[in-house]
Amino acid sequence: MAQKQDKDTGKEKAPEKLLSVCDATLHMIGKARKEGISTAFDRAESMKACPIGADGSCCKNCAMGPCRVPATKKGEEPDKVGVCGATPATIAARNFARMVAAGSSAHCDHARGVAAVFLLAAQGKIPGYGIKDVQKLLQLGMDFGLDVEKMTLQEIAIKVGELCAAEFGKQEGDLVFTRRAPLKRQELWRKNNLMPRGIDREIVDLMHRTHMGVDQDYQNLITQAGRVALVDGWGGSMIATELQDIMFGTPVPITGTINLGVLKQDEVNIIVHGHDPLIAEMVVVACQDPEMIALAKAQGAKGINLAGMCCTANEVLMRHGIPIAGNFLQQELAIITGVVDAMVVDVQCEMQSIHQVAECFHTEIITTSPKAKIEGATHIEFDEHDAINSAKKIVTAAIARFPKRKGKADIPRETSQMVVGFSHETINYLLGGSFRASYRPLNDNIIGGRIRGIAGVVGCNNARTVHDQSHLVLIKELIKNDVIVLTTGCSAMACGKAGLLTPEAAKYCGSGLAEVCEAVGIPPVLHMGSCVDNSRILIAASAVVKEGGLGDDISDLPAAGCAPEWMSEKAIAIGHYFVASGVYTIFGVTFPTTGSKVVTDYLFQELEEKWGGMWGFAKDPLEMARMMIAHIDKKRKALGIDKARERVLFDMAMRRELDAV
Amino acid sequence: MSKIIASAAIRGAHKIATRVEKKYAEVLGKYGPEQEIGFTDTAYYLPIIYAMLGIPVKNLGDCQRVFHRARKLLPPPVHEKYHLPYLAPALDAGMATLFYEEIEEAIRYLEQPDFYLRGEEVTDANLWLGAANDVIMRKRGVEFVDGTAPGFAAVLGAAPDKETAAKIAQELQLKNLYVFMGAASNGKKFSEQLVEAGVQIGWNTRLVSFGPDVSACVFALGFASRAAMAFGGVTPGDFRKNLIYNKDRIFAFVLALGFVSDEWYANAAGAINYGFPVIADTPIPQVLPTGICTYEHVVSNIPHDQMVAKAIEVRGLKVTVTEVPIPLAYGPAFEGERVRGDDIHLECGGGRTQMVEFSVLKRMDEVEDGTIEIVGKDITDVPPGSKLPLAIYVDVAGRQMQEDFLPILERQIHHLVNYAQGLMHIGQRDIAWVRIAKQAVEKGFTLKHIGTILHAMYHKDFGKIVDKVQVTIYTEEQKVMEVLKEARATFKTRDARIAGLADESENTFYSCTLCQSFAPSHVCVVTPERTGLCGAYNWLDCKAAFEINPTGPNQPIEKGPVLEDRLGQWEGVSAFVKQASRGKVEVVSAYSILTNPMTSCGCFECIAAVLDKCNGVMTVDRDYRGETPCGMKFTTLAGSVGGGAVTPGFVGHSKHFIGSRKFIRAEGGIKRLVWMPKQLKEDLREKLNEQGKLLGIENMADKIADETIGITQEDILPFLKGKGHPALTMEPLV
Repeated sequence: MAQKQDKDTGKEKAPEKLLSVCDATLHMIGKARKEGISTAFDRAESMKACPIGADGSCCKNCAMGPCRVPATKKGEEPDKVGVCGATPATIAARNFARMVAAGSSAHCDHARGVAAVFLLAAQGKIPGYGIKDVQKLLQLGMDFGLDVEKMTLQEIAIKVGELCAAEFGKQEGDLVFTRRAPLKRQELWRKNNLMPRGIDREIVDLMHRTHMGVDQDYQNLITQAGRVALVDGWGGSMIATELQDIMFGTPVPITGTINLGVLKQDEVNIIVHGHDPLIAEMVVVACQDPEMIALAKAQGAKGINLAGMCCTANEVLMRHGIPIAGNFLQQELAIITGVVDAMVVDVQCEMQSIHQVAECFHTEIITTSPKAKIEGATHIEFDEHDAINSAKKIVTAAIARFPKRKGKADIPRETSQMVVGFSHETINYLLGGSFRASYRPLNDNIIGGRIRGIAGVVGCNNARTVHDQSHLVLIKELIKNDVIVLTTGCSAMACGKAGLLTPEAAKYCGSGLAEVCEAVGIPPVLHMGSCVDNSRILIAASAVVKEGGLGDDISDLPAAGCAPEWMSEKAIAIGHYFVASGVYTIFGVTFPTTGSKVVTDYLFQELEEKWGGMWGFAKDPLEMARMMIAHIDKKRKALGIDKARERVLFDMAMRRELDAV
Repeated sequence: MSKIIASAAIRGAHKIATRVEKKYAEVLGKYGPEQEIGFTDTAYYLPIIYAMLGIPVKNLGDCQRVFHRARKLLPPPVHEKYHLPYLAPALDAGMATLFYEEIEEAIRYLEQPDFYLRGEEVTDANLWLGAANDVIMRKRGVEFVDGTAPGFAAVLGAAPDKETAAKIAQELQLKNLYVFMGAASNGKKFSEQLVEAGVQIGWNTRLVSFGPDVSACVFALGFASRAAMAFGGVTPGDFRKNLIYNKDRIFAFVLALGFVSDEWYANAAGAINYGFPVIADTPIPQVLPTGICTYEHVVSNIPHDQMVAKAIEVRGLKVTVTEVPIPLAYGPAFEGERVRGDDIHLECGGGRTQMVEFSVLKRMDEVEDGTIEIVGKDITDVPPGSKLPLAIYVDVAGRQMQEDFLPILERQIHHLVNYAQGLMHIGQRDIAWVRIAKQAVEKGFTLKHIGTILHAMYHKDFGKIVDKVQVTIYTEEQKVMEVLKEARATFKTRDARIAGLADESENTFYSCTLCQSFAPSHVCVVTPERTGLCGAYNWLDCKAAFEINPTGPNQPIEKGPVLEDRLGQWEGVSAFVKQASRGKVEVVSAYSILTNPMTSCGCFECIAAVLDKCNGVMTVDRDYRGETPCGMKFTTLAGSVGGGAVTPGFVGHSKHFIGSRKFIRAEGGIKRLVWMPKQLKEDLREKLNEQGKLLGIENMADKIADETIGITQEDILPFLKGKGHPALTMEPLV
């Protein structure tokens, strides 16, 4: 019997169908309930979020507090202040800024690890890692001002590795990748004190400011939060993406499969879960090793089935076509199928509950990072100097679990096909082929109105809203209105499961976007990778600006961003770097400054004048779509492309006026 | 690209690749890798491969490198469901197709040397013209440059019947477009349909029957690729620039008539890389979003009577069509058409009878605009095959009209009459010669219509200077002789006036940037003694052109103070060139080949080059196809100095300029000229001797070597010594 009542509150549980729009998920929630296994879905119901914390109105930065300064019932700024006199605005801004710092830290520390491995690989010290994308290495070499023509590939790689690593501890000068932004954006950053310097420096600076009794000007805090966000987007995340591409290959379009149905009854199922491809890449190799396969067979399995979850999944999907078992809120559910022999986790977004759920089954939770241990889980520390053996050790442990499966397995049937791997470089190629590669067709079709605008829809799942629903309702509404969607992270997986990452999804599009998708052969929703790969969206946006005809800054583009089901601090960091890069960015579920109308108005309105981008908030995905489309139309009008374009016929005099190419 | 099209194009590319690789293996076994292959008389090897990949294919062995690249471009087939993006792979497949087909056609040239004709005209036995040689490409290219031909239509397949074919062809001709034909549909070919319909085909009428197969597409696209290299200065291998150049400047498109096979799609995908869209008469899928092409990529199911109009709209082309109220088709495409033998209804001039064309300036009140009078017999009064004397006497009046402009108007009569379908005109002044075809007479053409043409076209092209035009046509012997007498006296005065023009005596020179549509940094400076390097524009022409179109490509240049008299450098000229070349060229010399020589667009009549061992200079004109003592044929020379580049040691110039006092004056003038093609020397003999005499040399022409003496510096040096050529004793040139 499924448990109908919550054991903590005694209240009737919500019907499963109100928890997710994903059938596989609903099926597994049903099984969990039947077997009395607690999942995030149930806990979110039984434990209400703290309303004061949710609004950013609680300050616990010193022991005179925690001080609570919630907004009035009408949503007005309260006339209370904290014990030290901190205003609600200061408190909300400080809390917000610390979220940005934490989120940026996650991406940047990930990047630091990638840079360290990259350097070792360049030095030839760690077998198994090498250079796969020479073109990109040369590009990076040039970005760092190296005279690449006079250097060997190894010299370039070592220098690039050293220079990337140096970005973290840099004390002076701008982050190198900020030069990839449109010139006007760079000027704006300089003018507004947003131009980021060393990565660690900006984060430490912010942690200092938000200590008790330091920076108590909410605007100044939001600015520094902007600078910290930019060290994520144009620093850590971009470094991680670029170096991962060089080491593991820049993604190109590839087909893949998603949802819990990818798990296999008769094979050893290993799930790689987290965000860091360094380990997963090696697990991919180990799973294909004949020795490992033989070992699996010796245990009675037909083979080894590797699948991914969260952004590690996106990384190995895009580069190797490894199937995805599901997104963030499905991590416990995968274990509940009873066929996951090991879940190998690295860093970020791993719920501690996976160990608790695994206790009910035979599944081994294997932590691999010294930074991310889980009490009670098996820790097999990944040693990049002996990467392949580390990976084999992990795979061996998984295989050993296979014979220990207990209870009746229940694998949902659902799987969906998807076409993924749209890096900036790939999009450039796809729009014109090897000989005419450029963003011109995209710009042309935006100018001509077939494509109304560009939306980035990214971010997490959140157990406090219907799983995947907002992503899908929003994205379908956008493409119906001819807005092409770029997606990453768990949002991309929601789309994958719903079939939106296939060319066949053109049926959901408005006629203009459908025509373009049919012409290029692309899905209307483009999977650009993991959440550090949001940096790809920044590069793509800059490329669209540079292609011309759509203004001279990212903020001129008919574009908007959204994370409708966000939950992590990383999401806030990403949102804030998009805003600081000139993008109107809308979040759903809750917004962490609503306790202070002053700060919220600043983020939602005043910022646009200063930064070109601003924040927005809506709970209803259709409302999000409406806000994004209204913004896109506003930008189209400013560009003068809100009306149908006249066909220009060229005579010889006009051809003479053309500049040389 | 729609999925159906992309899938088909990729399939087609694979079929073609398999076929060509098989054929290649066969000929490689037979001839070996050292066997030379290529198209005839071109410096651009297999031009698409050379332009896109930078690989000069000289022999069978070289093809390996091309195959290596082409195979990498060939994508896997498109899946039915959950397919990967296909636009880029299909475009790549299209390019690979063109590479394969170029090699296939080169193999055909090797195995069947007589399969294609070598000249501009078709014969009764053979319609296939094959790859244009560089002489044709440059000659025709000039028309693309100056706008006489705004682009070309590549016609694949065949119309449902010959009448429709003829109608489409004529419509394209009326829009001044070239028509490049290839492939068959249901066994029928467009070019054959035209011949059956009695239409003259060949380069002269712009109806170019390249070949019987779809692979003839490479001749059309090879022509376009070469134009970018020859006139646009695009370097071989710079594929991106070449393709964008074509998209922006060469207004070409594909007309697909009949069933579109996989191989057609593959070729169409190749053409789309150039920005050339496809217009089909069958209901194939459309590709409407813009991007690779300026507007739509594939538009289909267009009725035959709307195809040309649709194609022009889709390509984004503006064509100004001249409506002349005569019963014949009219336009530059008909200029090269021949009237021969039994087709002749009436012939005037050409040594058979006397003919003269003459225009005079009148006061406004002396001319009644539009009056056309025939004095003597008209064409309807004589039986087919007749001959008559003819004088065309044009009275013009205009407030802006000057005596100096009369020769310009008069010279236009040649083109203007020739533009009418069924009329052939040769020469000018008192050596003019005209033939009128029976077909023209059948359509109602009379001699009066010559007047109609001149009246309409003078108003259209010269409306700024001409207010009134009145034409009298004489066919009475006595009247013709009277006009001739009057005309000859005037011609003498005019020639004296032009001969008296000197750079020193005029303060205003003129620019000519007509070619900037193709060579964006090129600027011609036209002085009274130095015509444009194409030979088509002299100082008076430019002066008139400026009057007619004050914002056009011919602008006055106040020459300003002399900077270097010897070199022909003026402050005003250099300042103008700097601005007009968009900063690419800072200083130019009008009279030097070594110091800041003028830029060359690619449509020069001749190129002069320094011959160091002979201490002199050679020049070669574009009609001479052989080797020259500088080690390069005209076409190779042109390839290395064209495209708006400044190349010390080389300069483009007109034939006429060789006879000028200012020809490479800085280096010693005509005394430096040690070699030129024999035909050119004979054409200019009088002028050469005249200029030699001014510099104290008798019989200058005989001292200049030509190809009958030798085509290397070593070979001609003994000749020069023997003749006591002045260059040998002059100060060292380099």
